[in-house]
Amino acid sequence: MEKRVIFKGVWLPLLLIAPQMLITAVFFFYPAGQAVWQSLFIPDPFGLSMQYVGLGNFEYLLSDPYYRASFLTTAIFSTLVTLVSMGLALYLAVLADRLIKGSGTYRTLLIWPYAVAPAVAGVLWMFMFNTRVGVITWYLGQLGYDWNHVLNGTEAMGLVVIASAWGRISYNFLFFLAGLQSIPRSVIEAAAIDGAGFWTRFRTIVFPLLSPTTFFLLVVNIVYAFFETFGVIHTITAGGPQQSTTILVYKVYADGFVGQDLGSSAAQSVILLLVVGALTVLQFKYVERKVHY
Amino acid sequence: MADRHTGMVEKRGAGHWLTHAGLILGVLFIFFPIWLAFVASTITQPEIVHPPMPLLPGDQFLENYAKALVSGVNAPVARMLANSAVMAIGIALGKIVISILSAFAIVYFRFPGRKLFFWLIFVTLMLPVEVRIVPTYEVAARFDMLNSYQGLILPLIASATATFLFRQFFMTVPDELAEAARVDGAGPMRFFVDILLPMSRTNMAALFVILFIYGWNQYLWPLLITTDPEMNTIVMGIKQMFPSGDDIADWPVIMATSILAMIPPVIVVISMQKLFIRGLVDSEK
Repeated sequence: MEKRVIFKGVWLPLLLIAPQMLITAVFFFYPAGQAVWQSLFIPDPFGLSMQYVGLGNFEYLLSDPYYRASFLTTAIFSTLVTLVSMGLALYLAVLADRLIKGSGTYRTLLIWPYAVAPAVAGVLWMFMFNTRVGVITWYLGQLGYDWNHVLNGTEAMGLVVIASAWGRISYNFLFFLAGLQSIPRSVIEAAAIDGAGFWTRFRTIVFPLLSPTTFFLLVVNIVYAFFETFGVIHTITAGGPQQSTTILVYKVYADGFVGQDLGSSAAQSVILLLVVGALTVLQFKYVERKVHY
Repeated sequence: MADRHTGMVEKRGAGHWLTHAGLILGVLFIFFPIWLAFVASTITQPEIVHPPMPLLPGDQFLENYAKALVSGVNAPVARMLANSAVMAIGIALGKIVISILSAFAIVYFRFPGRKLFFWLIFVTLMLPVEVRIVPTYEVAARFDMLNSYQGLILPLIASATATFLFRQFFMTVPDELAEAARVDGAGPMRFFVDILLPMSRTNMAALFVILFIYGWNQYLWPLLITTDPEMNTIVMGIKQMFPSGDDIADWPVIMATSILAMIPPVIVVISMQKLFIRGLVDSEK
């Protein structure tokens, strides 16, 4: 799409676009380039010089059991976060869509956790499940279950998944509800006249018609789980216990900032760049125009 | 299509109440963690560290919030709130300004490199802070931006999403308006300020709501570049309030801070619900 009517001039538009390009160059492209460059070197033990190692950092990373474990952790984590938050959101959206009155009220009640930062969500859930003072921990103890996510990797994973999914329900709910409300009533009523029950209607009509929304949310939620849940992990588990909740983004931070292993951190950044690139292409190529709002 | 409220698919009677019950369960699941945090922010430390803590608010509301705001743990929370406000508003306005200018340039001019610039902006979508942590930190350090507002704001204000949004909107503006402006001898900037900006008001407002929340909720970047507690933002400052080692956390103050950290963005979402939803849907298109 192009405008027919345009203004003349070359310097003015360059000036207008300059602030954006300046920020982009200095804080996006230069650092990304640096990451690629640094990933080809390792610093000597004193940090005085860099030694070129080609793809050595990558070879080392991909053979490192901790890094491979982190890949698996990320896959499990993002799958669970996506399923839990989308599942709950779809369930609530289907219910709200059935209401004759009041779906607006529930929408108001359900959407505002979107505004709660992942890091704050992390603190809230960590408080409830705190091993010393947590209310839920205490009640679980009364039931005879000894909750300890500080020592138990599975429980730690469960907690970061719930905390991450919790804050995301609002967003998914909003899109699912919009998707449901855009399905023509007449189609559903026709099926109802033919004797299809609620579940049959949902399976054969509603869910297929909702699939563009679902696919869009799937991609967006995976991106969220990959990159925006850092705050949840950092506040609740700091990647532990024994790296059982160290997702890829957390590992870049832990190795680069805490561990000061620059070559490895840079190589990890490059691998993540490829992941985001793939997800972005997926989102734009297959999602963009196929979603109905 | 018939009015959806008169359809036969909605149930009355038992099914109707089950629907409400299911939704209320969902609302409770959403509210419970926040309710607990609120209760914890109104009771005393001993009531929390000897579990189970009460499930109804106590009478320490003023004490705990005053203590948090005035002294906090490492820095007064009032100070962290102010830092967050500066950062969130700075990021939201910054992104809107530089994006609307670039969208104007891309849509209304033909200049060398136009396509290239457009793609360069697009590519930033693939470069979230999270994947270029160390080098971006090094750039900020070299510009002496650690522990500063510029450091909190500038690296985050490039925005492909906002640029695309304005570009899309400008494409729908009738060509006749620009034509008329040109015939009247108005320059491009005159057209931009007098016609385009006023027309973009709703878009800017919707975008502001989304970007304000985005900026307010930043965690990783402030964590990296603010080592001075006085420069901490409230969202990243909460974690810093936990003692290292075996000391017991000051739970009432920490929970009061968590509540304070949620209030501004939640107010923005609830009070500007229509703009919020519009911004959310637009910015994901």
